[in-house]
Amino acid sequence: MIGLAEAEHFVRGPDWTWYILFYFFFAGLSGGSYFLSGLLRLFGNRVDEPAARLGIYVAFPAFLICPVLLTLDLGQPLRFWHMLVNTTPGDEGPIFKYWSPMSVGAWALVLFGLFITVSFGAALVRDRVIRVRLLDSAAGLLDGVRGKIWNLVGALLGLFIAGYTGVLLAVSNQPVWSDTWALGGLFLASGLTGSAALLGWLVHHRADARASASVFVRFERLFPLLELALIVVFVLLLIPAGTLGQAFAFPWILLWLVALVGLLPGLGGLVTSRLTVTGEGAVAVASTRAIAWVSVLVLVGVLALRAAVIFSAQ
Amino acid sequence: MADITPGQAYGFFTDTSVCIGCKACEVACKEWNQLPGHEPAFGDGYDNTGVLDAENWRHVQFIDRVPDEASTAGQGKAWLMMSDVCKHCTHASCLEVCPTGAIIRTEFDTVYIQPSVCNGCRDCIAACPYGVIEMDKNKGVAQKCTLCYDRLQGGLEPACAKACPTQSIQFGPVIELRQRAEERVNKLHDQGVTEARLYGADESVYGGLNAFFLLMDKPEVYGLPDAANAVLPKRNNVGGYLTTLVTAALGVIGGLIALRRRREPSVEPGAPPPDDIATPAAVPAKVGGDAS
Ligand code: SF4
Repeated sequence: MIGLAEAEHFVRGPDWTWYILFYFFFAGLSGGSYFLSGLLRLFGNRVDEPAARLGIYVAFPAFLICPVLLTLDLGQPLRFWHMLVNTTPGDEGPIFKYWSPMSVGAWALVLFGLFITVSFGAALVRDRVIRVRLLDSAAGLLDGVRGKIWNLVGALLGLFIAGYTGVLLAVSNQPVWSDTWALGGLFLASGLTGSAALLGWLVHHRADARASASVFVRFERLFPLLELALIVVFVLLLIPAGTLGQAFAFPWILLWLVALVGLLPGLGGLVTSRLTVTGEGAVAVASTRAIAWVSVLVLVGVLALRAAVIFSAQ
Repeated sequence: MADITPGQAYGFFTDTSVCIGCKACEVACKEWNQLPGHEPAFGDGYDNTGVLDAENWRHVQFIDRVPDEASTAGQGKAWLMMSDVCKHCTHASCLEVCPTGAIIRTEFDTVYIQPSVCNGCRDCIAACPYGVIEMDKNKGVAQKCTLCYDRLQGGLEPACAKACPTQSIQFGPVIELRQRAEERVNKLHDQGVTEARLYGADESVYGGLNAFFLLMDKPEVYGLPDAANAVLPKRNNVGGYLTTLVTAALGVIGGLIALRRRREPSVEPGAPPPDDIATPAAVPAKVGGDAS
């Protein structure tokens, strides 16, 4: 953003394509799911614990894909660790640049990886998938206040992982990306929308998690509203920069339409029933297939939004 | 040229008013740096290099202003030519975002990508406002003009400046070059060439460019952002993180509303029990404390 005059861009595109698109997608889902899981544990009922664990079971594999995609995208994949360690002769040591979102993101991923791995292990122990007495007591370390702090910090990290990718794009000189500061918020909101939809479907596949189904129905209505608001802010910021046409040119406009269609189930529910959950809950148990389709629609929308942003600028 | 001393800022003054478009600089650069170059592409004009990239660290731009039907002699303005190069910005966008520390300022105050440190993340490509950097597909690292770092270390001036037959490209200590440029632009103004202007010689563009230019038209004509548009990537950090933070706060509030609302009874008359829909049997009596 450089004020009201149209921005001039003479930059070259970085060729961030499929690996980065899917990294942004899985980072959004992993961070979003882990956040929702923490939210259920911190502010939900005891009955929400199975759904919270489900959130971790989604967040963990989604997270595992992220470093693989990032590494494959590098020109020198075997130097992935250079993100953390400076190998400049005479200047060797850890490297952290708080003003470079890529540097901050690399460290955040390491930290998030620690949280998510421990939480995943603890969930397996508590679900009795792993039965080792020693691990039982280790998982007990995360009870009480320690557990609350752990969940709080982890949830915040999840939010960061879901959103910083948008800031990374904005901190550049690319058209579209650098003409707005809304991308971090937009990616975060869309990550929450996708995570809510995915978990909202999966809770119907774990008997003891169904108790949280109605909460997810409400998540699925509220987060798309947040996402829509950020799309509006994004559009408003691109107008003075003169790059709105580029962001919404053909064929990207089709991706934007898919992204908007992905918001419709949630927004439709909000308009017709607001936050009241009545019929949907009962129907949901009977027809998880319909919920699955809605979930797929929302997730495709999440992917399309990121694709539109990534590809239209380069 | 005098001794090249580490600790002093060196750069190029490229005077486009005397560039004749011979491309000797491009050839010398490729020869010294062993850049194979691409197949030349012949289009509408004389520019068969196209752009600065991993293979072209110098690019002679030809800006065609020949009128379709010549009604005047052109007065030397029919073609603008400029030998473009990395600007070795004082506040360099590429160096700012580089997460690995591969991009450094050398002892000659130039901006250099260390090929042994770069991991090919391409953040610098998204950042450089001049479109200078490109990935070398064979080496898997980002590449650009080094201002002949190796030659400077050996006390030699850069290959392009040495090869330029018209002294359009002048190499030397930046302070000296700025003085020379000031004198040159004043002389041109005295001769009535009022469109001549310096670009990057003062701090208005990225704190000053070590490779700066005398241009014969507005910077945008040459693909150079004007001073108002010469902005650093990090300008979006605060706004970007702040919006993310506000969104996160709204996400938390939304989540809390969703959790709170389930405790309230349904308001729709005759509707089934609001929620939760799970039967008591489906809810475990104890789920294992504050699990994490
Ligand atoms: S012109 Fe581009 S590559 Fe050269 S120093 Fe400036 S930002 Fe870096």
